[in-house]
Amino acid sequence: MPMAAADIEAMIVAAIPDARIEITDLAGDGDHYAARVVSESFRGLNRVKQHQAVYAALGGRMGGVLHALQLTTAVPE
Amino acid sequence: MTEDIQSRIDELVKTNDVLLFMKGTPLFPQCGFSSRAVAILDHLGVAYETVDVLQDQAIRQGIKDYSDWPTVPQLYVKGEFVGGSDIMMEMYEAGELQALLSGAGVAQAQ
Repeated sequence: MPMAAADIEAMIVAAIPDARIEITDLAGDGDHYAARVVSESFRGLNRVKQHQAVYAALGGRMGGVLHALQLTTAVPE
Repeated sequence: MTEDIQSRIDELVKTNDVLLFMKGTPLFPQCGFSSRAVAILDHLGVAYETVDVLQDQAIRQGIKDYSDWPTVPQLYVKGEFVGGSDIMMEMYEAGELQALLSGAGVAQAQ
């Protein structure tokens, strides 16, 4: 079962409350997304750790029901 | 059993300067993300080895535990986990992947 963009966003916000999130449904099929997540909590973390924080927020769905999520992370300018 | 897989992966990662765990092969990638990872490495012209996780279920799961990373592809340089295809692309666009590879002194592709 694919995940709705709103569910992805809600899970990330639940774990990373200050996150600013933009989700794009790449293929319009509810299964291939790109997400950009910006959070102050990423400051000082390398890219791997930033992505791991988002994957942790998604609670094991990444690589499972969420096959195709292109992720970019950043700290606020 | 699980221990065996982890030490097998560790051995692979430590004996190949640039190693990409992927779905399929460089010529026939079986997933868009793996295809993108291969394209980046080819473009940079470095020599690299690949492991096709679709050929080995134990490695397919084991590599996710090894790096605490939920997806494939996964790139390792000199034994260190660098990231998946999104991080490779971000680093490539920022010039960081080129810097990492040349700093690590890895061989160029023949």
